[in-house]
Amino acid sequence: MFGWFRKKEKEQKKTQKPDEVTRGLLIFAHPTTVIAVEDLLRDEGYTIRVVSPPPSYRTGCDLSVEIPMESEAEITALLNSVNMTPMDVVPITAQGMEPLHFVREKDFGDYLMVRAANMKMTVEKSTGKIVNISGGGCPDVPYLATSMLGKTLAEAPDPGEVGFSLCAYSLNTAREEIIKSVGV
Amino acid sequence: MLLLAGSVPIDKMPLTIGPIDYSPDGITVDGHPLPINRGNEAMMTAACIACDYFGVERPVGMVAGDIGTRQGSEAIYNHLAKHLPEMGVDVMTLHYVMPDIKLNNKVVETIKKMKNKPVLIADAGSMYVAKAGGHAEFYDIFTPDLGEVAFLADEKADHPSFTRGFIFHMESDTPELIRRAYEAGNAPPTMFVKGKTDYVCHNGKIVHTIDSPSVETMEPIGGTGDLITGMISGMVFAGKNHIEACLIAGRANRLAGELSNPTPATQIDSIIKFLPEALAKAASSV
Repeated sequence: MFGWFRKKEKEQKKTQKPDEVTRGLLIFAHPTTVIAVEDLLRDEGYTIRVVSPPPSYRTGCDLSVEIPMESEAEITALLNSVNMTPMDVVPITAQGMEPLHFVREKDFGDYLMVRAANMKMTVEKSTGKIVNISGGGCPDVPYLATSMLGKTLAEAPDPGEVGFSLCAYSLNTAREEIIKSVGV
Repeated sequence: MLLLAGSVPIDKMPLTIGPIDYSPDGITVDGHPLPINRGNEAMMTAACIACDYFGVERPVGMVAGDIGTRQGSEAIYNHLAKHLPEMGVDVMTLHYVMPDIKLNNKVVETIKKMKNKPVLIADAGSMYVAKAGGHAEFYDIFTPDLGEVAFLADEKADHPSFTRGFIFHMESDTPELIRRAYEAGNAPPTMFVKGKTDYVCHNGKIVHTIDSPSVETMEPIGGTGDLITGMISGMVFAGKNHIEACLIAGRANRLAGELSNPTPATQIDSIIKFLPEALAKAASSV
């Protein structure tokens, strides 16, 4: 059975021309919109990647969603139906860069700090209270810090929903890792 | 004039330019009160403390409200691109703004036409966009932390969130990241790299390291890096050479941390209280 699948995959590769466009990018105004789109499309079973947009669309703080072009029509219809219409859909041949998902944890006894890329979040382990947010360079970081500090992980707004930038995206990665470690 | 520019987390606050005043309750820019916070407010406070200590005029602030929606950042970029040459700026520090390569390119083009180029210092979003736009070497001083120097070392990344995994994993070798950043043309002449050990770098070489006092609980505290950027700005404006300014700022920051005896839950205002005392001690030791 597995041999049959492998053979079929090989045949597909043979028929695909090297410059054939099979993937496209959904472009959005804010990186954090991508978090919601990513969750929705993965839940719907699509094979997608979150990547940097092509140079002509880059401002220095952006994300896009790579999708199979064969599903473009149904994906855009789905996103339209939930008011997450992309600004543009761009066919691509080269692969974009994926955001960093590695994290580092540092244990301070009563406190746990997690760093994702340039963002750090620290919580009190016994209460889940967010006691510090550090790092980052986009303007929503000080705003997110003001909104989240002193609240528990359950009470604090989700940076993926309140923030707009790649720093907010990384802060969300740190938050998810903290939740895995200490719970909500 | 020392100009400090960047966004503040107050939605729809219009572009505001004017003298910065500092008191223990916070700062004012052109009379508008701003509570002490990580980011530009912390940086501006530290710059005022440094200017006061060295007896020079306090800085001028250029702030606009931005919670990530770009409007405030765009107002700052546009004003700088149009009016910077007539402002009489000697030193300019750019800090939290939404990276926008095209708008920052306009600011750089304006500065290139100026008869006297101001000393340019960048941290946070302003540093990201300087590197992403290919202008790092046009600036004079960057103040990255460990995650940010990994980004500068990655010639393909437009933002720290895109730093490639194999470079992220090189963080135990900070000198190698510094070497890569300079080799790729992604570093200005002087860099202060903040971390467990601070590195003061000049023209591709590490010229000083600072590792004491070591206060491990400072790492989680938001705003400690902003204090370094602010102090360096004030001292460069006061005429200190760039390496010396970095050295004093690094030592003062650590001393202020030690004096405040912080926990990971300490907030930046508790450290700022000790900054004048720490700066006096650090300045007298260099």
